[in-house]
Amino acid sequence: MNTATQTVDAGEIAKFEAMAAEWWDPHGKFKPLHMLNPTRLDYITAQIAAEFGRDLKDASPFAGLRLLDIGCGGGLLSEPMARLGADVVGADAAERNIPVARVHAEQSGLEIDYRFTTAEALAEAGEQFDVVLNMEVVEHVADPQGYLTACQQLLKPGGLMICSTINRNPKSFAMAIVGAEYVMRWLPKGTHEWQKFITPDELFALIANAGLTPVDRKGFVFNPITWTWSLSDRDLSVNYVTASTKPA
Amino acid sequence: MAHDADILIVGGGLNGPCLALALSQAGFSTVVLDALSTENRGADAFDGRSYALALASTRLLAALDLWDDLVAQAQPILEITASDGRAGEGPSPFFLHFDHAEIEEGPMGHMIEDRYLRQALLAAMEADPRITHRPGARATAQDTATGASVTLEDGTTLSGRLLVGADGRQSGTAARAGIKRTGWEYGQTALVCAIAHEKPHNGIAHQFFMPPGPLAILPLPGNRSSIVWSETHAAAAKLTAMDDAGYLDHLRPRFGDFLGEIRLEGRRFSYPLGLSLANRFVAPHLALVGDAAHGVHPIAGQGLNLGFRDVAALAEVLTDARRRGEDFAALDVLERYQSWRRFDTAALAAATDAFNRLFSNDNPVLRGARDLGLGVVNALPGIRRRFIREAAGLAGDLPRLLQGRPL
Ligand SMILES: Cc1cc2nc3c(=O)[nH]c(=O)nc-3n(C[C@H](O)[C@H](O)[C@H](O)COP(=O)(O)OP(=O)(O)OC[C@H]3O[C@@H](n4cnc5c(N)ncnc54)[C@H](O)[C@@H]3O)c2cc1C
Repeated sequence: MNTATQTVDAGEIAKFEAMAAEWWDPHGKFKPLHMLNPTRLDYITAQIAAEFGRDLKDASPFAGLRLLDIGCGGGLLSEPMARLGADVVGADAAERNIPVARVHAEQSGLEIDYRFTTAEALAEAGEQFDVVLNMEVVEHVADPQGYLTACQQLLKPGGLMICSTINRNPKSFAMAIVGAEYVMRWLPKGTHEWQKFITPDELFALIANAGLTPVDRKGFVFNPITWTWSLSDRDLSVNYVTASTKPA
Repeated sequence: MAHDADILIVGGGLNGPCLALALSQAGFSTVVLDALSTENRGADAFDGRSYALALASTRLLAALDLWDDLVAQAQPILEITASDGRAGEGPSPFFLHFDHAEIEEGPMGHMIEDRYLRQALLAAMEADPRITHRPGARATAQDTATGASVTLEDGTTLSGRLLVGADGRQSGTAARAGIKRTGWEYGQTALVCAIAHEKPHNGIAHQFFMPPGPLAILPLPGNRSSIVWSETHAAAAKLTAMDDAGYLDHLRPRFGDFLGEIRLEGRRFSYPLGLSLANRFVAPHLALVGDAAHGVHPIAGQGLNLGFRDVAALAEVLTDARRRGEDFAALDVLERYQSWRRFDTAALAAATDAFNRLFSNDNPVLRGARDLGLGVVNALPGIRRRFIREAAGLAGDLPRLLQGRPL
């Protein structure tokens, strides 16, 4: 399983451990992701539980579900999904993230199949999943329609895709680019290109075109006073998340 | 890695067992350690100690399936009066009067004897397969670098994912984690005892603000009341040295004869009063609850109620984290508990402290201001209801267990 960690030298592993520590430091470079994570997880877990009739009070509620986390990074979503019992594949198109995520999963005592690959390549290989997590990826890809079609192919009939991204309007420009990248320095400059942001209606149209049925959408709303995120039924003006299913 | 339990709790007083029971409902396994034997904690006979449980605290006990049995042994507090007084004088013309009829939820709280509460908690722990209770086990060392482990006096080491310090005001768990404390002494000692009296108390709790410190008379079942009586250290030492008859001779004139003849029931206790706040309530793989996090002046009778809020908040934060698949012992998860509880605690500690300084004083100007203040509060129903809801523990952002809802 851990062929990659076994073939790299000790110096490399120390570097990966340092990078993993950075990914997982709640007050470090990835602080905005850590702050958003509980709210993202609340949405994801509730949607999966509802779709597959699971009870989150059970010890291993997602047992038997095969789940793909696209753009897994350091494993901030893959690890919770594995802890809940899902059989997780974490995919990232940035090669350096893979050994980092592996090192941390091992420290956490979790088994996760991390791969340096893309959604398109996995779809081509005929891989199929009950759940595809597609969080904060679609605004970074060159061809959103092609990408979402690959996501559709990756789902088993009756499967569920959760997709989050950033809306396109003056407020999201101010918050995501001016705020997060320039003022707060939460994210490296140039992380986002505003013209690639997608409105909820555009996303629903792309998802429907890909052959999936959109079933839900909610906003992730940041409260600058309490510094916490929450889910909103109405405010999808900046960050938002959607759920869609593949017809059985 | 096989652990002894998900969570190791040092301290089997009141908050430790309560937390173990709440966590068990959400599926967590716990080990509860206490340096003392069970007999030394839960004696059968009434020893004079009792607690004023706010309504929110009784809801927590109900959620833990303990309240149905305890309520029969508890005395509902139907009214609270607070007045300014001096030994040998009656209460001042202005006094505060809170009546539970002013809030919909029912009695503001209940008085429960320490023996009943402790025994119920101990019995419930023994009956719970997810709780391992280890009496007579003193924690002497701990390691919370990557997980949680505790070493006992006999050299045994126990391991888990999270360590909780519920080991009281002098928390060794906090000290070993390098968590410093802020606090001060009041130069006062609380004398605690229970009395039997001739006339019924009608469920009324009285608080008299005396120059050396407040005197609380809290109703117990039957014609009995619990007394918490604050005096300077020197005066308290003298009173403690007296025999029961001498002690009662000094107590009687302090609240007059409205309860008729009085006599002592159970033992007499004395506690030096002080405030002791941990500078942090959490560290990686570690959390503090109850007096280990905050020992407040018992003037407002809120020590245990604050602890129960910690218990309910920590159980909820850990449960929600686990249901999301998060590592529940990670610092960012524990910090949610800390930010939830710290404001509440600091606010109450400051208010109680200010209250005590204002009322433990014979300065005539302050006395006039107090009478006026109490009169004003009494005259305004809105403010009064706020006080009552605060006393009942119904103000603020309440954890689910304190709203009477399951985890
Ligand atoms: C005079 C007075 C009156 C009060 N009246 C009220 C009231 O009316 N209402 C109210 O709500 N609160 C009241 N309180 C406050 C209340 O008593 C405390 O808040 C409550 O008892 C704290 O419980 P705890 O479980 O946090 O700590 P504790 O009861 O102090 O328990 C700590 C436990 O930890 C154990 N321990 C310590 N070190 C170790 C170790 N190294 N290893 C293993 N075990 C260890 C001890 O043996 C002990 O059993 C009053 C307090 C005082 C002083």
